Amino acid sequence: MVGKLYASSSPHLRQGDTTRKIMLDVIIALLPACIASVVIFGYMSAVLIAVSVVSCVICEYICRRIMKRNNTIGDLSAVVTGILLALNYPVSLSPLIAIGGSVVAIVIVKQMFGGIGQNFVNPALTARIVLLTSFSSKMSNWTEPFAYLNKNAADAVSTATPLADGEHLTSYFDLFFGIHGGCLGETCVLAILLGGIYLVARRVITPLIPLTYMGTVAILSLCFGLDPIYQLLSGGLMLGAVFMATDYTTTPLSNLGRFVFAVGCGLLTMLIRQFGSLPEGVSFSIVIMNILVPYIEKFTRLKPKGFIKPKKESASK
Amino acid sequence: MAKKSLLQEFTKGIIKENPVLCLVLGTCPTLAVTTSAANAIGMGVSATLVLLCSNITISLLRKVIPNKVRIPAFITIIAGFVSIVQMIVKAYAPSIDEALGVYLPLIVVNCIILGRAEMYASKNGVIASAVDGLGMGVGFTVALLCMGIIRELLGAGTIFGIPVTSNFMEPITIFILAPGGFFVFGMLIALANKLSGKCKKPEEIGCGSCPMKSKCHKNTEEGAVE
Repeated sequence: MVGKLYASSSPHLRQGDTTRKIMLDVIIALLPACIASVVIFGYMSAVLIAVSVVSCVICEYICRRIMKRNNTIGDLSAVVTGILLALNYPVSLSPLIAIGGSVVAIVIVKQMFGGIGQNFVNPALTARIVLLTSFSSKMSNWTEPFAYLNKNAADAVSTATPLADGEHLTSYFDLFFGIHGGCLGETCVLAILLGGIYLVARRVITPLIPLTYMGTVAILSLCFGLDPIYQLLSGGLMLGAVFMATDYTTTPLSNLGRFVFAVGCGLLTMLIRQFGSLPEGVSFSIVIMNILVPYIEKFTRLKPKGFIKPKKESASK
Repeated sequence: MAKKSLLQEFTKGIIKENPVLCLVLGTCPTLAVTTSAANAIGMGVSATLVLLCSNITISLLRKVIPNKVRIPAFITIIAGFVSIVQMIVKAYAPSIDEALGVYLPLIVVNCIILGRAEMYASKNGVIASAVDGLGMGVGFTVALLCMGIIRELLGAGTIFGIPVTSNFMEPITIFILAPGGFFVFGMLIALANKLSGKCKKPEEIGCGSCPMKSKCHKNTEEGAVE
């Protein structure tokens, strides 16, 4: 009788959610964007994604071994980081640099701060920023879509991203289906939206952050006199809003906090796009807001129902 | 015995009490100046000269300086030597003066020099102070040189301006910029901690200095037991 009585602390009802299952869902959600990148930019994008994923997993394994911690490559988080990182590269990037990016993301940003759930900024985005400041010309060497089909032309035909070309030359149709120059995963909005809808349907993410982020960008671009649809569909905004700004570890817990976080991301993105020297500011704005998350948490902490501030109570008496 | 202790005074500044990597003093010039190995040596040697001279002078005057105004007195002495060193550098190595810019006169407020004056020279004899200053200066220079070489090699592909890897590898520009400086600085501190045997597990350090101790579950549980 005694042996059948289990004493355990709550929660007693559990869902079958594990880190591994959530990460698997994210990987499935990223697949359309990966396929789109291979279709648009050719087999080299598949090579880049593979190199990035494998190097991320190897880095994670070696790191955990050296630090004598239990190995966490089974939770697939390194795979997700690898795919996200690869989706931020231009197709012309050398795989060696991609390995460097994996080392920065996994070793410096993730494992040195304690591994999964302990990193204070998004590993993939930070690695992208490090590479962007280090190899700025190579990281912004955009190849024209379907250049791999045309064998007579030079290997890589450079082009500007829709955000950088000044005049809005790309049509909404091309923007939506990703037929323009850019990073591997950021061009095809359709594929990213498919992944986002899957994540929302599987309840891996809530649509609050992506929608607020996009809404802020749309409203601000109207204020600046820009075309809001063009601003939404171009650049890394969709990829950032759906996959980067919704990272569990680096976003606030409460809904109000998430709202503030997403508005901040949108504000910074538009400020950088409009006034900064770089054409795109999604990665910088998300990382800056990641750093501000502890402060957002502090000011948006949930209060128990009926909670009165102790000071006020004594004053009213 | 005196000789051995002098030797110890000298060597402690290089690894065990390295001013930059263990005491974490003088961080500002360390990060700002180490973009190249040549700059690092220029800064290190200038600071060592100032440190040596100011330590000797302050040690000589330690019984004359009233305790209440000792900091202004130290600063004045240090400022005098910094001016001399700055003029010498301007006269004989104008390129280094240009590269170091404002950080050369800023040696005046360098924590290492004021720290050694306050902690050591004002309490010890002339010879010991001189050796201490020299050891600390060498430690500072070695740390700067390490950082300078690493940052220059990775960030520009050269060492002392001589191309090493820049012919076959594209340099990683971020190491020349400020964030790369912080990366290298952090790694070198970790390495110095490992070398000097100061690595401790979190349990050995205890919760005393942790900023989150009031909210940490470990602490409240322990507190309840106690």
